[in-house]
Amino acid sequence: MKTFAMGGVHPEENKISTEAVIEQFPLPKTAVVLMTQHLGAPATPCVAKGDKVKVGQLIGKAEAFMCANVHSPYSGTVAKIEGCKDAFGIVKPAIYINVEGDEWEPTIDRSATIVRECTLEPKAITEKLKEMGIVGLGGATFPAHIKYSIAPDKKAEYLIINAVECEPYLTSDHRVMMEHAEEICIGVSILRKALGVPNAYIGIENNKPGPIATMKAMAAQFEGIIVQPLKVKYPQGAEKQLINAITGRRVPSGKLPIDVGCVVSNVGTAFAVYEAIQKNKPLIQNILTVTGKKLPSQHNYQVRVGTTYADLIAHSIGTLPPTTGKIISGGPMMGKAVSNLDAPTTKGASSVLVIDESEASRAPESNCIRCGKCMNACPMGLEPYLFSALVKNDRIEEAGAHNILDCIECGCCFFSCPANKPLLDEIRLGKNKYRAIMMAKKK
Amino acid sequence: MSGIWTAVLILSIIGAIFAVVLYFVAQKFKVVEDPLIDEIAEVLPGANCGGCGKAGCRAMAEAFVKQGNMDGLKCPAGGETVAKKVAELLGCTPEETEPQVAVVRCNGTCANAPAKTHYDGMQDCAFANSLYTGESGCVFGCLGLGNCARACQFDALKVDPETGLPVVDESKCVACGACVKACPRGIIELRNKGMKDRRVFVACRNKEKGGDARKACFAACIGCGKCAKTCPFGAITVENNLAYIDFNICKLCRKCVSECPTGAIHAVNFPPKVEKPAAPATAPEATAEKVEVKA
Repeated sequence: MKTFAMGGVHPEENKISTEAVIEQFPLPKTAVVLMTQHLGAPATPCVAKGDKVKVGQLIGKAEAFMCANVHSPYSGTVAKIEGCKDAFGIVKPAIYINVEGDEWEPTIDRSATIVRECTLEPKAITEKLKEMGIVGLGGATFPAHIKYSIAPDKKAEYLIINAVECEPYLTSDHRVMMEHAEEICIGVSILRKALGVPNAYIGIENNKPGPIATMKAMAAQFEGIIVQPLKVKYPQGAEKQLINAITGRRVPSGKLPIDVGCVVSNVGTAFAVYEAIQKNKPLIQNILTVTGKKLPSQHNYQVRVGTTYADLIAHSIGTLPPTTGKIISGGPMMGKAVSNLDAPTTKGASSVLVIDESEASRAPESNCIRCGKCMNACPMGLEPYLFSALVKNDRIEEAGAHNILDCIECGCCFFSCPANKPLLDEIRLGKNKYRAIMMAKKK
Repeated sequence: MSGIWTAVLILSIIGAIFAVVLYFVAQKFKVVEDPLIDEIAEVLPGANCGGCGKAGCRAMAEAFVKQGNMDGLKCPAGGETVAKKVAELLGCTPEETEPQVAVVRCNGTCANAPAKTHYDGMQDCAFANSLYTGESGCVFGCLGLGNCARACQFDALKVDPETGLPVVDESKCVACGACVKACPRGIIELRNKGMKDRRVFVACRNKEKGGDARKACFAACIGCGKCAKTCPFGAITVENNLAYIDFNICKLCRKCVSECPTGAIHAVNFPPKVEKPAAPATAPEATAEKVEVKA
């Protein structure tokens, strides 16, 4: 069975919420919609205080190149346009909405009928992706219209749909595939058309037999969709690793997937693309897992963007268990600990993971014994122990010469380190410093 | 036996040839260096702290000799004594500058800004700053992980485990500015030492609106502007909800200190207040001295 060539680790899977059917999350009374829910510049608010908005109405316009439109997930009145602290306490521009009823834009098709035919031309598809504010839902929230506008000197050969979900605990992609297989396949066909590639590969790890069977059965009804089961190994869901696993190609250092003829999108993105193109529904909802070993119940929700983390916890489990140690947005390997529970969720949020005290804190750090486990685990073939030493001694440019920027921050090195050295922290710091040096040099 | 003599002879000849070649090469590529550079480098502290902005003490000595005078060049670590010696060697008069000291402009102690989260990642301020706000929730406050203390070459900065804030040992601080560069949040500032080492400054960097600032820290500057209204010398400006005292204008009257509702303005090294009229008595003296220095 296929997998990527280099490195990788096997963290405990802990997929305990796979059986939880996707529920609709109730509407809050007031909501905050951040203007930076994507990679790049913040969107510019295009409504004013006191304006009435409907669900799906454009409220944040993408003016910069690297930006995505933001639509209102609620109907109601704009209370204020002001900064709001995100999950990590950093103030971001935001629009506050007093929710009144649930009135949708009339252009949005809310019926349950599934529309298979798509008559749009490739160019019109990317235009519509831009209009609907679609971003990649695999974590990086890269604006989709930029990804699918291929430069004239490059050619896409493969469309790869990332349904690997290699992070422990997360099950949102699993549930989407179980419940919306047909919509996903239509979404994939649309993306395939936008790129003009013959085949699309859906990569699914072997620990998800249910979704593999469902997707295989559904893909048989569509032309050019191949479901590719993969051997379980973290970080298979990372773009470059997935390309390697499916096509055998390697993305060179500093290059993008399109340079080896590949375009990778998340399975959640494919679902969002279906809804945007066929149903005129902008990206205002996403599927989110609320999970944790010590929680009384596990949930998968379809949540409107802008619901607060506190609301999610209060509605799903009531109160947090008294022994809660950490709340993580995203998976345990790459996610970030939430320090502000009153923050709203964004388009890219994939889970609320509640970690128990006993598992939350780090083990004491000791000295590097040069065992090389981090090198064996690194899926990019880098030398984490070396970066650690270089960054500590402020030899940032040397670290840059050893391709520190190639690090995908998957955390395999930290996970495998027997000395519990904060390797990933040091590498991240080194990357930040190196980028700052490069920026200064450019000027 | 003859083998040894042959070897000795050959090696001697090779040695002699190389000696001649090396002599001529050395003559041809001779680097003439001003001996003054060595002399000045000897006088400089040799800590290579980088406080002067040069790569090290040797580079600073070269800069001195190249320029021929001391205009715009200053060794903060060496202070006045080194400046005098360098001036003697260069044959010029040293520039008069006010001695400075590092000041920590944050009062987010564990009591004032209680921790709402716990951070156990890498103990590095720059990294923690790139992740999130810090344990108290203040985006502008001290993270207390000690980058400044590690940057200090003179053992003048220590993080107090009780308050979680760095403390400057004024007798050791030479105002080289290494800590200012090390702090990712720009909390530390170099301020004039002031008359009798007395200083008045705003111990806060929070630019949020008053209410938001107070949520994170009880001792935050809320930008109310009372201090600016009280100041008889116009030394205080309030910008972006944050007051700043210009140490060049401040006359150390301390009227703002008692006016501040949150206690964000700190007055250090003043004798404990005995009677109220004592404070204004020192003010005119300070004025006189400042004017003298400027002239």
